[in-house]
Amino acid sequence: MKKIVLLGDEAIAQGAIDSGISGVYAYPGTPSTEITEYIQASKTAQERKIHSDWSANEKTAMEAALGMSYAGKRALVCMKHVGLNVAADAFINSAITGVNGGLVVLAADDPSMHSSQNEQDSRFYGKFSLLTVLEPADQQECYDLTRMAFELSEKYRLPVLLRVTTRLAHSRSGVYCQDAQPENSMKLPDDSTQFILLPVFARKRYKSLLEMQPVMEEDAEKMGQNRLIEGGDRSLGIVACGIAYNYYMEIAQQFGLDYPMLKIAHYPVPRKMVRSLADSTETLLILEEGYPVLEEMLAGLLETKYLISGRLSGAVPRDGELNPGIVAAALGLEIRKGMPVPEVVTARPPALCQGCGHIDMYRALNDAIEPYGPGRVFSDIGCYTLGALPPYNAINSCVDMGASVTMAKGASDAGLRPAVAVIGDSTFTHSGMTGLLDAVVEQTPVTIIISDNSTTGMTGGQKSHATSRLYNICKGLGVEEEHLIEIDPLRKHHDENTRIIAAELKYDGVSVIISKRECIQTALRRKKSAAK
Amino acid sequence: MKTDIILSGVGGQGILSIAAVIGMAAIDSDLYVKQAEVHGMSQRGGAVQSHLRISDQPVYSDLIPAGSCDMILSVEPMESLRYVPFLARDGWLVTNSKPFINIDNYPDEKYLFDEIRKIGNNVLIDADHIASEAGSKKVSNIVVLGAASSFLGLRYEALEASIKAIFARKGEDIIRLNLNALKAGQEAAAAQRLV
Repeated sequence: MKKIVLLGDEAIAQGAIDSGISGVYAYPGTPSTEITEYIQASKTAQERKIHSDWSANEKTAMEAALGMSYAGKRALVCMKHVGLNVAADAFINSAITGVNGGLVVLAADDPSMHSSQNEQDSRFYGKFSLLTVLEPADQQECYDLTRMAFELSEKYRLPVLLRVTTRLAHSRSGVYCQDAQPENSMKLPDDSTQFILLPVFARKRYKSLLEMQPVMEEDAEKMGQNRLIEGGDRSLGIVACGIAYNYYMEIAQQFGLDYPMLKIAHYPVPRKMVRSLADSTETLLILEEGYPVLEEMLAGLLETKYLISGRLSGAVPRDGELNPGIVAAALGLEIRKGMPVPEVVTARPPALCQGCGHIDMYRALNDAIEPYGPGRVFSDIGCYTLGALPPYNAINSCVDMGASVTMAKGASDAGLRPAVAVIGDSTFTHSGMTGLLDAVVEQTPVTIIISDNSTTGMTGGQKSHATSRLYNICKGLGVEEEHLIEIDPLRKHHDENTRIIAAELKYDGVSVIISKRECIQTALRRKKSAAK
Repeated sequence: MKTDIILSGVGGQGILSIAAVIGMAAIDSDLYVKQAEVHGMSQRGGAVQSHLRISDQPVYSDLIPAGSCDMILSVEPMESLRYVPFLARDGWLVTNSKPFINIDNYPDEKYLFDEIRKIGNNVLIDADHIASEAGSKKVSNIVVLGAASSFLGLRYEALEASIKAIFARKGEDIIRLNLNALKAGQEAAAAQRLV
């Protein structure tokens, strides 16, 4: 057994490699990106030729992983929480098809929205899909539960959802790893109709998913990942899910608390264990990172004899991630207060890098659109979303991957002219292409600027599917060549670029302007590694 | 033994390298370590911090509770002050004095230094200048680490060994540069405390 220092994400990656996966499928997204990057860099993974190239988006990743499972091999698919929305169609239906080789779906949630547009809780997807969810509390559990997830997946013949949150994904600690097991050999499903979700087969599959529920719940009671921990002070019982356990233990240690506790890492919720704790204390505090998923299940709609508190009751703030101070406050305790932040300290928000091509693109766009007034630019998810902030104030929306193109189309349909979309290259191939097809089919007047930095920049510069393909993709989707224009976003071309954009804003159909300059960060890295 | 450290700076200034050096030194000294990092959006020139916890007992929380941090170790003066709510009353604030100015309303550094000096246990050094003298401005992060080295609860040799291991792939010159920066930082802090 060797102990290595790993991020929570990396422990999941190592756990998956050691579980004998034959492939990881993912689209970069904070806080999940490091899992796939770790596998890409892993020597074992390279020797075994484990598939680890990026996918176009989370849906294609989920489907490819399901295909690998169909062929009998183990696969991991990773995404950030909102990526599971993109993959949801495939994910929910994979619970109906079930799996052949083990399939683990990793969703990394981002409470407090460090790098996201919402803080949805993926445990809801576990309930929605009727699948088992594992939620590690620390880096060691990240490793152990990943390995357990593959075992359970093959035991149930169903996918297993693994859920972490930002703090654990991006925190390091020592992890003991076991030997790697071999990969599965290829083997087709025993039942040739398993993956055919025609209603006649799907009804049968759904029934077997329902029949599996009691087995899954019994495992959650008995497999040891959910633990009832004795305590002498029965005035309160603690239910701590995932990483909330760490914050509670920190405070319990500091204040010498001795409440009985149920540590939860394995769902469906182990009803018998919850009942046993509740009966011994009658008052429960539910600590969970994310939504009040468990609290809502326990408190329900009707009054119960148990006193249940948590995020819904107001004992814990309804939004944002937990920390030791919040947990202490929920217990009626106060931790030491430090000094206040001196008034002289000013905010330092993230900003576009000096020399970034998005900057010159926004300068040209701002000048070109100035005569029409504000409120016409729909944008998307990426570094260029920082164009919303001063000094650019250049965009008016950021909703979900690809929404810039389709929102511009809808606004144009409503009569807004000009209607502009600003989207990055990787976001465009993730989910912008289909929206462009909608606009082309109807010849909707929209000006779409693809700000092409030839990488997936915000998540640290992963390979972009769009690189050197954008022009031909747009042409293939039917954009007229006279209105498919490439520009070079450099300060010296500012006037020319402004003129080009201004001309396209007047066009009564679909224009695509590809503003192309390599990301300054990837360019620097490339030069550095070339110099070696 | 328990040392809770907040590392702070601006995205791209190398606080994660400091964390890596301390983390490895702690693991090699058979201590427990937890280190929470910030990845993603804020790395683009924004304020970044890392919570680093070292102990001879298992560490539970990945985040340091407010008011109990033993040290703020910062590569930028204003960023050192952003996290003082975490600092214990007797905690140390060790920081580079050289501002990283990428915002229009960056305060006058005189006011920043006044606030830093209000914290009893402070070490304020021009790490950029010291790093240049040691060979390259790029190692100012390791200079700050050197300045903090006496308060970490880790042996100096353990930090040196960790630098050698972490920069091994980059060659002897880079290792020597970083070791020199560590030493120069340690000496600068010692000199300041004697004044």
